[in-house]
Amino acid sequence: MMPQYLINAILAGLFAGVSCSLAGAFVVTMHLSFLGVCIAHAAFAGALMGVWLGFDPLLGALFFSLGASALVGPLADRGELSPDASIGIVFSFMIGLAFLFLGLTPGSRTEALSLFWGSILTISPQDLLFLGMVAVAVTLGILVFNKEIHATACHRNVAAAIGIPATLVFYAMLFATGATIAVSLRSIGGLLIYSLVVNPAASALQLTYRFNLMLLLSVLFGVGACWIGLAASYCWDLPAGAAIVLSSSVLFAVCTVMSPKRRAQQ
Amino acid sequence: MGEPLVDIHGASVARHGPLVLRDITLHVHRGEFVGIIGPNGAGKTTLLMMINALLAPAHGQVDILGVRLPTWRGYRIRRRIGYVAQVESVDPRLPMTVRETVQLGAAGRLGWFHRLGREEARKADEALNQTGLTRLAQRPIGQLSGGEYQRTAIARALVQSPELFLFDEPTASVDPRAQRDILHIIQEMHLDRGATALYVTHDLHTLPERCTRLVLMKEGRVWRDGPKEEMLAPALLRELYERAGGGSSNGGPGEP
Repeated sequence: MMPQYLINAILAGLFAGVSCSLAGAFVVTMHLSFLGVCIAHAAFAGALMGVWLGFDPLLGALFFSLGASALVGPLADRGELSPDASIGIVFSFMIGLAFLFLGLTPGSRTEALSLFWGSILTISPQDLLFLGMVAVAVTLGILVFNKEIHATACHRNVAAAIGIPATLVFYAMLFATGATIAVSLRSIGGLLIYSLVVNPAASALQLTYRFNLMLLLSVLFGVGACWIGLAASYCWDLPAGAAIVLSSSVLFAVCTVMSPKRRAQQ
Repeated sequence: MGEPLVDIHGASVARHGPLVLRDITLHVHRGEFVGIIGPNGAGKTTLLMMINALLAPAHGQVDILGVRLPTWRGYRIRRRIGYVAQVESVDPRLPMTVRETVQLGAAGRLGWFHRLGREEARKADEALNQTGLTRLAQRPIGQLSGGEYQRTAIARALVQSPELFLFDEPTASVDPRAQRDILHIIQEMHLDRGATALYVTHDLHTLPERCTRLVLMKEGRVWRDGPKEEMLAPALLRELYERAGGGSSNGGPGEP
């Protein structure tokens, strides 16, 4: 009989793998990878504020990641600053806040430090429930609004020109990315979560020109990386978050080597 | 004369502060093919963006397809307008094929919660055939030449079955043969469908023959508006393309 903590970890890997890789497909296709980094660090800062002030870090992570999404989108859209500059400014602000909250946290800071690398093997039933809810919501959203998301991710200007509310779709996907990162933070870790968002989608993009196939491959790679990482962690007593992220990096390297796009360019 | 699809009185548009369109008055009736010419920076693209509800007027009265602008549901107007922009660079790895791009033309009108189905696929096949893109249907959109990309944009607009077409320099940055192909498709489309169209260009070589009326724009204003033959008078063109305070040309008109 498999111990309960391992069943929970496997389920957490499934949910985090699904939602992170689907959010990643949007971020990677839109060339907004740095935006993912920014939201991840905002979630990290929010969670650390929760630890410092004694409320649930998940709430802080959600609040900050959604706030960062709401801040970065308009800054980039208004065109007064380049998207790179606006994301960079919010990113540096968030990392500054994260270290400020860490410094202000009294005591041993064990909980705060565990947010750096995550603790998927000790995930609580409540966190697992939130992870599952976000994974189901993101999957349903992508199934129901597939054509709108495909158009906006690939060509936002064209999507707007043909009468798709592209700005609404864009912000909805930004908030979905923020929520995904926030609920996955405690399992995967603030410094590692971003890799699980980008690597599976970037791996899938190496292999296909079809968006829906890219989504499917991205989910397979995301969940695969989580489970391979968990197995490696279980067998060799490695930190689970690090093993998951390294698995996704290895998958990316394999996909890049096998990429028909790379061969076509050569 | 048909009903006005574009009905603009004294409209101005500001971008990042200063006004870039001033006191524009323009009426376009159903079935008309109107060319818009002028030097670079005259406000031609901005005018098309305002008509396509992508930029809000700061002053004046703007009615497009019977809807007063600005409106927070501009996307509903855009579903009824086929917009073909200038050639853009597209990521060659983008996960979208030519066929998917063309089919997307129907996505706006279809609205939320509806999947692209057989009818949309049939329309896409027809548009691909009409624009000579059938053999490229499965090619990734980022791996097309400039001319092929523009034909894809026109095919997408055809699938949209719009009431109004807006062409923003569709032949800019493409080779002469592709320019001829694109002009041929646009003229055939107007002949077959009697579609209403606004066609922006700064190169008079690429003005379609079907265009019967010309709007001359200068420094963000409609400077002249009239029959094509009158508007192409050499003296008028020289004055249009002359720099304010200088004698040299600005954004070269080419020969009519």
